[in-house]
Amino acid sequence: MTELVVRFLAGDRRALSRLLSHVENRTETGSIAVRESFTRTGRAHIVGVTGPPGAGKSTITNALIRHFRDGGRTVAVLAVDPSSAITGGAALGDRIRMMENYDDPGVFIRSMATRGQMGGLALAVTGATHLLDAFGFDLVLIETVGVGQDEVDIAEAADTTILLQVPGLGDSIQTIKAGVLEIADILVVNKSDRPDARQLVRDLRNMLLIGDRPGREIPIVETVATEAGGIARLAAEIDRHHAFLVETLRRAERVERRLLREVALLARERFERWLAVQLESSITIEERRALVNRLVDPGTVAGDLVDQMLERRSGDPLPG
Amino acid sequence: MVTTARTRPIRVLVAKPGLDGHDRGAKVMVRALRDAGMEVIYTGLFQTPPMIAHAAADEDVDVVGLSILSGAHNALVPQIVNALRDAGMDDVLVVVGGTIPDADVPRLREAGVAAVFGPGTPLKDAVEYIREHAPVREGAA
Repeated sequence: MTELVVRFLAGDRRALSRLLSHVENRTETGSIAVRESFTRTGRAHIVGVTGPPGAGKSTITNALIRHFRDGGRTVAVLAVDPSSAITGGAALGDRIRMMENYDDPGVFIRSMATRGQMGGLALAVTGATHLLDAFGFDLVLIETVGVGQDEVDIAEAADTTILLQVPGLGDSIQTIKAGVLEIADILVVNKSDRPDARQLVRDLRNMLLIGDRPGREIPIVETVATEAGGIARLAAEIDRHHAFLVETLRRAERVERRLLREVALLARERFERWLAVQLESSITIEERRALVNRLVDPGTVAGDLVDQMLERRSGDPLPG
Repeated sequence: MVTTARTRPIRVLVAKPGLDGHDRGAKVMVRALRDAGMEVIYTGLFQTPPMIAHAAADEDVDVVGLSILSGAHNALVPQIVNALRDAGMDDVLVVVGGTIPDADVPRLREAGVAAVFGPGTPLKDAVEYIREHAPVREGAA
């Protein structure tokens, strides 16, 4: 066990922040940190906050931090923002709206870029969540832009998923499209002081009437995050959802599903690393030439390669 | 000096310390560093030295870039460098940009600033400097 992990287990905040980088960079030290602290996890309430850009996710998150801190609970935030598909760089600006909490040891805010690798973000987020959970934070808020599969993946990493909507982004058809709306446990209409907010609430309510979510009605909370309007009600709904999950034994179910999914992702990550090395060394110059000259199709080359690997590997354990 | 290959993006905190409400330069730097493939965290305006150090430590950045146009650099920068050290950030690269008179540069360097980018510095030069001098940390790759 490295010195960093020892310090982390002893409650050193700087070690936590270094190890979050390790987990994000998918290093061995990161895996060790999760392994050594895993028995301490499972206590935090993990809350996903998602919604379109500009909906007010950071502002809501900041208001929630303040609310939960006033109630004596500690809060960690993972603020995820997109990396550029072209340069790989990222501008992570969500922290700006949360800086007022800088001096409170009961608040930890970490920005994370999506970095674009398949499955990698989901693993970075679950790994970071484990460490923050093990460190003892009562709540872990994961903030993401709500578009696409990555965000659905992250929502799956949470106990409770909050979806923010704001008036003015589209007509009622938007509310019947597939996507994150389907996985929300709590709907929030932020900027509810805007004139067209009533219509959005109506559209969402109609959408919920049609849907089939056994056991529980999905609440719609109206907020004006900049003035902390509706935040107490939102926080109460977050707690109510947690109580619901625990009472109906759905939390255990969700946790099991989520851990099994993490196992699958980790296995795939390991396998893909191995495969990348194999591919690099296995494709012959003749095969490359044949491909480029269109004498053989990519599917055939891939099929042959996998067949060869399986033959060579049969009986052997998969190397690390 | 640098022998290990970098396999993750450089992380930079861009901060506006003190009572200086002009952050256009800081935002241009954020954008330039982003376009150079770095992950840039911007703190917003009116940051105190402890705020900057807390943010840098929790975000585990490799570089802290301070943008100062108020003339208070001689007072603020040493405080920030000390706060960073207190927060356990002993290997972080600190650079300063803004309206810094040449005469003050040696003093800032002595305080622990690696480079000062004054008015007229081409964006490319500042970006290249950061790319070349950002520490490559053991195990972070």
